[in-house]
This record gives sequence, C-alpha cells and structure tokens, in this order.
Amino acid sequence: MTAQATDIATYNFAYLDEQTKRMIRRAILKGIAIPGYQVPFASREMPMPYGWGTGGVQVTASIIGPDDVLKVIDQGADDTTNAVSIRAFFKKVANVAVTTETAKATIIQTRHRIPEYPLTTGQVLVYQVPIPEPLRFLEPRETETRKMHALEEYGLMHVKLYEDIARHGRIATTYAYPVKVEGRYVMDPSPTPKFDNPKMHRSPALQLFGAGREKRIYALPPFTDVVSLDFEDHPFEVQTFDQPCALCAAENVYLDEVILDDHGGHMFVCSDTDHCEKRRAEGHRGHLAPETMEPAQ
Amino acid sequence: MYVAVKGGEAAIANAHALLADRRRGDRSVPALRLDQIVEQLALGVDRVMSEGSLYDRELAALAIVQARGDMIEAIFLVRAYRTTLPRFGYTKAIDTGAMLVERRVSATYKDLPGGQLLGPTFDYTHRLLDPELAAGGDVAEPLQRASEAEAMQRVSAILAREGLIEPDGDMPQDHVPGDITREPLEFPMARDIRLQALSRGDEGFLLALGYSTQRGYARNHPFVGEVRIGEVELELDVPELPFAVPLGSVRVTECQMVNQFKGSAKAPPQFTRGYGLVFGQSERKAMAMALCDRALRASEFGEDVVAAAQDEEFVISHSDNVQATGFVEHLKLPHYVDFQAELDLVRRMRAEHDARENAGKAEEKREAAE
Amino acid sequence: MTDEPLLRVSALSKFYGSRVGCENVTFDLWPGEVLAVVGESGSGKTTLLNCLSTRLLPSSGTASYRMRDGQFRELYRMSEAERRFLMRTDWGFVHQNPADGLRMTVSAGANVGERLMAVGDRHYGKIRATAVDWLSRVEIDEDRIDDEPRAFSGGMRQRLQIARNLVTGPRLVFMDEPTGGLDVSVQARLLDLLRGLVTDLGLAAIVVTHDLAVARLLSQRMMVMKDGRVVESGLTDRVLDDPRAPYTQLLVSSILQV
Repeated sequence: MTAQATDIATYNFAYLDEQTKRMIRRAILKGIAIPGYQVPFASREMPMPYGWGTGGVQVTASIIGPDDVLKVIDQGADDTTNAVSIRAFFKKVANVAVTTETAKATIIQTRHRIPEYPLTTGQVLVYQVPIPEPLRFLEPRETETRKMHALEEYGLMHVKLYEDIARHGRIATTYAYPVKVEGRYVMDPSPTPKFDNPKMHRSPALQLFGAGREKRIYALPPFTDVVSLDFEDHPFEVQTFDQPCALCAAENVYLDEVILDDHGGHMFVCSDTDHCEKRRAEGHRGHLAPETMEPAQ
Repeated sequence: MYVAVKGGEAAIANAHALLADRRRGDRSVPALRLDQIVEQLALGVDRVMSEGSLYDRELAALAIVQARGDMIEAIFLVRAYRTTLPRFGYTKAIDTGAMLVERRVSATYKDLPGGQLLGPTFDYTHRLLDPELAAGGDVAEPLQRASEAEAMQRVSAILAREGLIEPDGDMPQDHVPGDITREPLEFPMARDIRLQALSRGDEGFLLALGYSTQRGYARNHPFVGEVRIGEVELELDVPELPFAVPLGSVRVTECQMVNQFKGSAKAPPQFTRGYGLVFGQSERKAMAMALCDRALRASEFGEDVVAAAQDEEFVISHSDNVQATGFVEHLKLPHYVDFQAELDLVRRMRAEHDARENAGKAEEKREAAE
Repeated sequence: MTDEPLLRVSALSKFYGSRVGCENVTFDLWPGEVLAVVGESGSGKTTLLNCLSTRLLPSSGTASYRMRDGQFRELYRMSEAERRFLMRTDWGFVHQNPADGLRMTVSAGANVGERLMAVGDRHYGKIRATAVDWLSRVEIDEDRIDDEPRAFSGGMRQRLQIARNLVTGPRLVFMDEPTGGLDVSVQARLLDLLRGLVTDLGLAAIVVTHDLAVARLLSQRMMVMKDGRVVESGLTDRVLDDPRAPYTQLLVSSILQV
C-alpha cells in the first residue's frame, strides 16, 4: 500500500470497538442467566457476509483475550475454506494463538459440528447460528414466536414431530433437531446433526450461540440439561453408521461421505479432521488408510 | 488413494490474487482514480453512501472500485467499515425546509413559491445513446439561476395551512430517536426506526414494493407533493457550548408523498403522508421509500393489512441487501454434514419404500397365480 | 345442572370509536345449556361472541367464568397465558370458515392431536388412538387420518374442526355460524351431529347464527340482537312460537319455515 492509501481507512484492534464488546458481553451474560432464551443484541456489520458466521465471530471477538487459544471448524474440519478464513481473520485482527487440536483450544468456534473429543471445564464452544428460532418454519412471525416462548406454548413443535412419524414412520428431522433446555425453553442447536445433540447435555464447557443476521445470542452454561424432543414411544435416537472411518477406523463418530471416482465409489471418513488425524498418529488404521503416515504438513 | 483436502489457506490466497488481477484488468488501460468515480459515477457513489449509511464520497468510490462495480458488495464494504467507527454524538435533526435546493418538483401544484425547478434530471432526456460521450467530448457550462442559495417552503407546509393534511408526525416528549445500527430491531417498531431501516433498504426491493402498492396491493392513492434535492446543514449540540456547532452540509433527496384518505374509525378524512429521505441524489429510492412508508402506516389509520408492502415484519426483515445477499450466498458454503444426515435418511426411507413396493408386487403375482 | 351458572355476563359493551359493536349485554349461561344468538349481519352478534371468547377486549362490562375448581374468574383480568390455556383446554371455538380454525397443511390426525400435545401428552400411539376415536365420532373415516384438510370437503373440514375442539373435553364451546357456507343437505347432517355431541358430552355452547332453523334445532335458549342490543331473549321455543318484540315478530314471520 502507498502512504496515501493507508490513511483513508483504518480498523480498530480486534475489529470491534470496546463499547460494542461490552454490549455483546452483556447479552452473553443475560443468555447464560436464562439458558436457552434468545437475547436480542445489536449485531454489527462484520467484514464477512451475514450467514457466514458473523454471530459466532462477534461472540468470539467479545470474549477472546490475549492468552486464548482459538480453534475454528466448519463441518467438523479445520481446513474448510470458511474456517480457514475466520481463523485467519482472528490471527490478523487479534494476533491470538490458533490451534487445530480440540484439547488445546480455549475457544472453539464451530459451524455445524461439535468436536468428537469431549470438551472440558474452562473451554468455550461458540456456535455460528443461521436461524436461531426453532419455531420459525412453523410460525414465521417473530411477534408470535416470542409470545409462544413466553407462554411456553410448544404444542406446535410436537405437531411437527407427530407429522414426521405419521408420514415417515420416524422423526425425520436429522439436523437442527430441537431441544428443551432446563425444562423451560425450546432451543435450536444450530444445524448440527442430531448425532451431536447428546454432547450438549450437561457439557462441562460453556456453549454460546451467536446469530448475527438474526441478531440473537443464546447460551448453555456448563452442566445444563439439554433434552432432545421426542415421544415416549418414539424416543430420540442418533444416526448410526454401518462402517467405521475408512482412515482411522473410529466407530461411533460422525462420518462424511467422500466420492472417490465416477463409478459411484465412495468412502466414509471422520468429519472431525482433528480427531481422525490424532487417531492415525496413535497408530489406528482404517481399511483405506495408507500404510505409513504422511509427513505432517 | 484418498488424501484429505488440505491447503485451504493457499487456495484462498491464490483466489484473492486472481481477484486483484481481474479487478485491475488490462494493465495498458489506466487505473481508475477515485476522483474520476466521485465526479463521473456520482449516482453510483450516492447509492453506496445511502445504503452503506456512511456519507463519504471518497470511501464510497474506493468501495466501488474494490468491488469491481458490484454495488451490493461496495455497500457491504462501507457498512463493515462504518460499524467500527467511534460515535461522537448525534447531530440535530436536519431541516429540509432550509435546504439549498437544486431540484424541486411538485405534482400537486402547477406553480408555487420558489417554482418548479428541474435541476439535473434524466427526466425528458430521450434515452438515445450518445456516441459523443464515448469520444469524451467537451461539455458546455450549464446555465444556472443567479440566486440558487435560497430556501423554499415545503409543499407539506402549504397543505398544512388548510388543515387538510395530517400534521408532521409527533413523538412523545421524552422520545429518544432510535439507532438501528446500535440497537436490535424489534417488532412492532416506532416510525423513526422504520424510516431508518427503509432509508438504508435495498433500492430494488423498495422499488418493487412501492410499485406493488400502485398496482393495487394496498393502494394508497399517492401524489408526489414534492421531491427536493439539495444541500442541508448539519449541526451538533455540544454540552459546553450555548449554540449548535455547524459541521458542514450533506446532499439529500427528500420525497413527501401526499395520499388521499377517506377516513376510518381512527382518523378523519384528510391527506396523509408517506416520507422518503436518502443521502445523495436518488429520486427513485426516495419515492419508493415514501410509498412503502405510507403503506406500512396502515394500522395507524385503521386500514386492513392485506398486502406485503403493509407488513412491517415482512418489509423490514427483508429490505437490507447486505443481510439478504449474505444469507442467499451462504448456501454455497459447505453443508456436507447436514447433507450427509439427509442423505442417510432418504436412503433408509427409499429402501423401506422399495421393500414395500416389492412386497406388494410379490403379493399381486401370487394372487394372479392363484 | 348445578345451582351456579358457568358464565356470568354483565353489562358488556364494545364500541369501535363512536360506532356501537354491542351494548349493555347481560345474561347467565348454565352448564350444558346451548344459547343461540341470532340477528342479521351487523347486529353485533359476532362482536359479542368475540368479546366472550376473549378474542376481543370489551370497552366496558364484565364476564366471569366458573373454572374447573368451582371458582369464578373475571375473564378480562386474566393474564394472556391463563386465557390462552383456557382457550385450548376448557373452551372450544368453531369458526364459520374451517380454514380459520384448522391447520390446513397439517394432517387431520395432528389437527386433532395438537391440543393434547399442547397440554403435555407425549405418547404418539395414545395421541393417534384418541385422534382415531374422535374422527370416528365426527364420522370421518379412519383411513383419512394422515390426509391434510385441504383434501377434505367443506362438511368434512367443519367436522374435523369440531373434533379438534372437543378432544380436550371442553365445557364451553363458541360457534360462529357453524353451518354457514355449507350445502343444505350437508348442513342438516352437521346439525344432527352437533346436537348429538352437545347432548352426549353435556356441553354448554354459545352459537351465533342468522339462521333461525339452526337456533331451533340446537339451542334451548336464545337472544335476538339488533343494532348491538338484545331486543328479546327467552326459551327458544317460546321466542320462536310467541315472539314479543316487533323485530323478532318480523324476523320470525319473514324467515322461519321450520
């Protein structure tokens, strides 16, 4: 850049001004005080598009300190482009340490997954949320859904589940599966697969949810009861996979399907790339894994 | 052999290098300077300032170049910058009655104090492409009135003298004007908040909604009371000083739409108003905004809410093009985790369906055989 | 019948600006009693119904409802949460247009089951069995349970709406022209069904209608309204056979051919 170019526009350290961070922290605290309740906040315009993680980025920017270690995942992976981009953003504006190792991170920002490695006390999981309102597709009006939450009128939510069973013989919701928090608020866990729902229940980590475009923040303090909605005779159940990860042989983890060729050849591998790499480093081998480890990149 | 996709970082850097290259284009063509854009693409600059909610021509021009002329991307750049700027305070409300008017037309009066002033308008141009512009020929100096610096009474004030138009909207004494860039939007909203949202709303969206009211979806019988474009003074109250401090001036377009109203249980027969105000010169946007504002006041006047343009939650939730483009375009981000979950479910349901079909066919065959 | 009314209405008025919706309406409704409110359109009967069902707030007057615990509660002083709870448990509201009272894009079974789920039923099999039972009581075939009401005829939709309302065993049902907009033969069948259900379940009901034949068939007592006021009230047979107010006489002589 030329000298003339640099003084036309400058950005604050860590992008958000302190006033804004305090406002967002207040919203987070309110969210923690009322688990599962959607707190409106004055979401800022962020330098990435709405719908691309602006809510999560604002939450992370408001809580991150110089000693934090940040991990960013998208679809479970550290190396998807949007995760790379958000991680690079924080490296640039806040100069924080980053990692791909779940256990080493103090803050993990995620889109669509909860890491396989169990989270521990002191860690914060920040979810990027596109549509925070679990009732939105049943009732499009904000004014009405707010009332439904206030009066705990959640019958409609079960109508949707009833319809699934009547039509498909099972509850056909596979992701963004609604949960009830501490027996009070019905909450959207963001579009994580329902496979991850049980990980939210009584997690020792603090879970924060940021929806930038919809201007809502909500939270699950550590050890909060999170129960997936269901019927007594059609209990909630998670997806199971017929085979282990083709690279690290892990079972009971969420798998991505990868297409190998033009003839329908495919394989299933861990969606959580850090978990998969760690297992392979420990010597686990799936049936399609190379015999020797590739050199670390 | 499958190797997990790596190198996202390098790919992004390379993509952005290519973007920079395409933005610059043929190096033998001189690079655009910001002053060229400010001077010669002024209405584009105005739109970026208006929907970017930041009055700064040079930054808007920079955003336009950086966005390769993509207006919504440019608006986005400006918004993402403005949000980081500290606030010194809020200026006093501008007085458009004291505007230094360059253009002012009224459709309701043939002549009026100050007269009709066409100003720099596309109206009545013949929309014939002009090859001379391509050659970059000289342009003659325009003729202008000698005393341009004269305030003109607003048409709404003329109508108000007869008492046939609703007065300027009043807010309660202790009402502090909201700021949509600092507070979360909540529905239903006060009119000051709504007008702010409309003023930065997408021109195309408001144009289509305004048009829909004219075609009968919440018709409100509009007349252009007045459209005026010009410079208005900005003043800031400073606590230690006994007078307001002038900060300079901004160019704005204001539209006051006058709507016939037959009266209802809530209000007597009178003319009502729709209001539009935007940065820079954009009559189209200001007029569309005024139509939408009036439509959104339906419940104030006890009118039935029957059309999209009258539905506050619908209009305001979808008018912001930065939000809209982000969410529409986010569909290209990876969704393989959700998709995998759906794929699994569809496969299972399909297998069950096929099993039922086959069982049914086997049954038919058996019956036929018997 | 008990010795206390179910609903006590006193001097109820609703004004729209200077226009009268209904004015100074007073009556008691007893458990198991069906009251018909008749009048032409614009007579204020629908305004009255909407006030009583708390869908509208009156300008003045009171209405108290005897809750299941025997205590009278002032309707317009209840919180919204209490009112909404009452509406989906102890009350029903049958709209003239079934589309206003049904979820048109949700199956018939779920339409009937919604109230059960709203009050906490969480057993799919039991909810479905109850829905099947109620569909048969309103003469809808069990095999239509997974169809959406969009695919139903007008009469079927109205019967489905009735089942949806009655599934929680309400004690009071409001009906707004329940047979309006249906063919005559369909009307007759629906009226028969309604009469049977009301008697079997011992329901109290307030039925708004412009059709004196509907009042005759369903109600024990009736009120005649004109310009927002009650001009005559009494036992249905008495009012129809021996109308006293001139307006009622006109109404009966010009319309009633039962």
